[in-house]
Amino acid sequence: MANNDYELIVGLEVHAELSTKTKIFCSCPTEFGAEPNTHICPVCMALPGALPVLNEKVVEYAVKAGLATNCEISKDSKNDRKNYFYPDLPKSYQISQFDKPLCNHGYIEIEDDFGNPKKIRILRIHIEEDAGKLNHNEFGSGSLVDLNRAGVPLIEIVSEPDLRSTGEVDRYLKKLKSILQYIEVSDCKMQEGSLRADVNVSVHKLTEPFGTRTEMKNMNSFKSISRAIEYEKERQIYELEHGNKIEQETLRWDDLEGRTFPMRNKEDSQDYRYFPEPDLVAIKLSDEYIENIRKELPEMPESRKERYMNKYGLSEKDSNSITSSKYLSDFFEKAGEISKNYKAVCNWLNSDVARILNEKELEPEDIPFTAEELAEMVTLIDKGTISSSIGKKVLDELFENPKAPSKIIEEKGWIQISDENAIKEVVLKVLSENEQSVKDFKAGKDRALGFLVGQAMKQTKGKANPKMLNEMFLEELKK
Amino acid sequence: MESITNLTVHELVEKLKNNELTSEEITKAYIDRINEKEKDVDAFVTLTTDEALNESKKIDEERKENKELSEYAGIPIGIKDNLCTKGVKTTCSSKMLENFVSPYDATVVEKLNKEGIISLGKLNMDEFAMGSSTENSAIKITHNPWDLSRVPGGSSGGSAAAVAGNFVPWALGSDTGGSIREPAAFCGVVGLKPTYGLVSRYGLVAFASSLDQVGPITKDVKDSAMLLNIISGHDEKDSTSYDVEKKDYLQNLEKDLTGIKIGVPKEFFGEGINKEVKEQLEKAIETYKKLGATVEETSLDVAKASLAAYYIIACAEASSNLGRFDGIRYGYRAKDFNSLKELYVNSRTEGFGDEVKRRIILGTYVLSSGYYDAYYKKAQKVRTYVKNEFNKAFSKYDVLLTPVSPSTAFKIGEKCNNPLEMYLADICTVSINIASVPAISLPCGVDSNGMPVGMQLIGNRFEEEKILNVAYKFEQEIKFRENHKPTFKK
Repeated sequence: MANNDYELIVGLEVHAELSTKTKIFCSCPTEFGAEPNTHICPVCMALPGALPVLNEKVVEYAVKAGLATNCEISKDSKNDRKNYFYPDLPKSYQISQFDKPLCNHGYIEIEDDFGNPKKIRILRIHIEEDAGKLNHNEFGSGSLVDLNRAGVPLIEIVSEPDLRSTGEVDRYLKKLKSILQYIEVSDCKMQEGSLRADVNVSVHKLTEPFGTRTEMKNMNSFKSISRAIEYEKERQIYELEHGNKIEQETLRWDDLEGRTFPMRNKEDSQDYRYFPEPDLVAIKLSDEYIENIRKELPEMPESRKERYMNKYGLSEKDSNSITSSKYLSDFFEKAGEISKNYKAVCNWLNSDVARILNEKELEPEDIPFTAEELAEMVTLIDKGTISSSIGKKVLDELFENPKAPSKIIEEKGWIQISDENAIKEVVLKVLSENEQSVKDFKAGKDRALGFLVGQAMKQTKGKANPKMLNEMFLEELKK
Repeated sequence: MESITNLTVHELVEKLKNNELTSEEITKAYIDRINEKEKDVDAFVTLTTDEALNESKKIDEERKENKELSEYAGIPIGIKDNLCTKGVKTTCSSKMLENFVSPYDATVVEKLNKEGIISLGKLNMDEFAMGSSTENSAIKITHNPWDLSRVPGGSSGGSAAAVAGNFVPWALGSDTGGSIREPAAFCGVVGLKPTYGLVSRYGLVAFASSLDQVGPITKDVKDSAMLLNIISGHDEKDSTSYDVEKKDYLQNLEKDLTGIKIGVPKEFFGEGINKEVKEQLEKAIETYKKLGATVEETSLDVAKASLAAYYIIACAEASSNLGRFDGIRYGYRAKDFNSLKELYVNSRTEGFGDEVKRRIILGTYVLSSGYYDAYYKKAQKVRTYVKNEFNKAFSKYDVLLTPVSPSTAFKIGEKCNNPLEMYLADICTVSINIASVPAISLPCGVDSNGMPVGMQLIGNRFEEEKILNVAYKFEQEIKFRENHKPTFKK
């Protein structure tokens, strides 16, 4: 196929909503999901005479993001106006940064498709304000404007066109999301739109310069981004193979139809008439300010990974999966600390919990139970109060109807039988019912023991202490 | 009661203190005066006289009960209609905001309220402060109390006419390129444009953010110092307001002028400046020499470059600042539209007047990609140059003395059809805004028509006390108010 002659080139502009308590230019709350137009004031609804005042936390968070992605932090930065008309943009300009962004020239390290380390360069990170939201009017024609989101702080992280496959794009986005979560500047909740990406795609033959790119705006699902890039790559190759030129244009990805549609081409691209925001003063940062933020950066995934391997004896693979999400990693550390059994906690998280999350299409943040509850379950197993097979049932219950595992097993009657007489009674019953297996065992077939233990488990509905069962069977069989 | 309304604020303050007058008597006197003369002048867009009268009674009660009150409590004022006032219309003299009521007070209005100063109403202006004659008001045309066939100047024409006509004891105006000083000159009153950043802009409907300043228009220099004392100071709601130590601008007024060096930049007296204006200023220079100041001719060649830079920067910022008037959330919305684009286009076409549209188009053009460097960026370079030239001048002189306007108040309609000629009326004032320095305008004489001639004194940044001192001593010497009064001639 001719496809193999083409290389995919992708660059991303990622918008992340910052998790500051208040908006970027006023003191309205940023909280998601409030009644429409309840988090607004003269500033964020652009009443005549209102003026913006830059929220210092926004600068701090952006500098944090810059440092965590190996950027140079600009000591002399400023805000600019980006002018365009749209009903969700109350001032008719967005306060953003044009030629002097806060952070420049960083990188994020990911693995390429062959597992080798690869640096994806970051061109810049700048701060800007989010726009409001248009809601279709349920009660009549037209749309309704909700300005709760107007003025919520964003950082835009612009990568160089260094990504070469959907795998790299996916790993870059996941890494970026994890970094932003680790440094606690954004919750990156994609379903709430707090992480969105503009995706720039082009293809070229290796012997030729980069091709013309198209842009897909405002994508907020990793899956859609991968699908859209694959589609767009094939489309562009098809066009080129048929002698057509790629137009520089903005496209809209339709997830249901699985294809892109043109939104606007270069000719009707807007002239944003950027100019320095005269209502705000220049952003001047001292070396000391930047160094203080650098010092306060939290432990990053790489360092946690090392610690998990060295201190808790986790494998590299396990450490990688646990640290891929800050939430999961924090959850792991808390449950480990309480139960003092880090390995068991890790196993539960990476196997059964991961499987259930995957089945339910949930993120680690959506785990309905607490680290304390998982820790208690691990401790109950360690103490022999329940078996690990009961543990799996407890976990299912924790997902369905979370409460203290001790309470669950009490209510469900899942407490392990560790009473010697009760166990002996079962063992003797099983032995008398399975004479053939006894014979087999005595004839040297060790497998028979497993069968007998299984039968005993069946009769006790999994509640018998497996260790005691084992020992008692051996004792009786040797008689 | 002409006698009460003829008093300055510092005189009213004395009379209130000595129980010679009550706030109600003062307020009533002004309301009577408005009822008598406002129909000839049309200075107000909105009158709040009933509310003012009630407020004055309340303050008199409080004063009787020996409540702790500011010395200004119960003094009336007029407010330019581009300063937001909670519950009272703020129209900017535009159809766009004809029925707009702000839910909040501008910081300067808040400061007036805190002092117990009572607003008599909102004063007419050129639409969105764009103009030099108040003829660009979409609401009404204001007449000059000295000659009703002439303009009061602009854009704070309503404020200057109201002070000159004794409708209010003092007023707030705003100045982007001369909008306080030129109408003050045309109406024979005192107007002060403070240093950029001395007074909060929060709640001032923005025309050109990097140039706009709120300032006093008063009967005399002392009243300007008093009003500046009230409105100046850092405001955390305005990032461009400076955090400088608060001064008492009354302290320096009486200081002797011996040792004061006044520079007279010859470029401000060149081509286009009316002969009679020049004559009055030359007389003023002689007065200063008599008062013991050193007066020297100097060179400060910034006026023409500033005017060009001004119309680029001001229009660029205005084109962006006025984007919010889109018919979506508040203000005028066209009745007929079939698409979002039509909603925008029709609302703005019908809601804005010609001069506003002209400046939005100019501003949009100079910011367009491909033109930005040639216009906006170059204008910013000119701005730096002008600032440096002023710095040089202030290394030699305490204040600079120039005309305010090339002419005295012109006839209504005289320059309406020639925007360029109208723009030239700002030639002596815009460089002050470009350089962010303060300047005061005060009357120094009258021309052969009996129209007041204004003198401009420019100071270095945050040195308002110097220009107030130099202005005050002059005022004491020539006693303009005692010798000249508006005639309301038709």
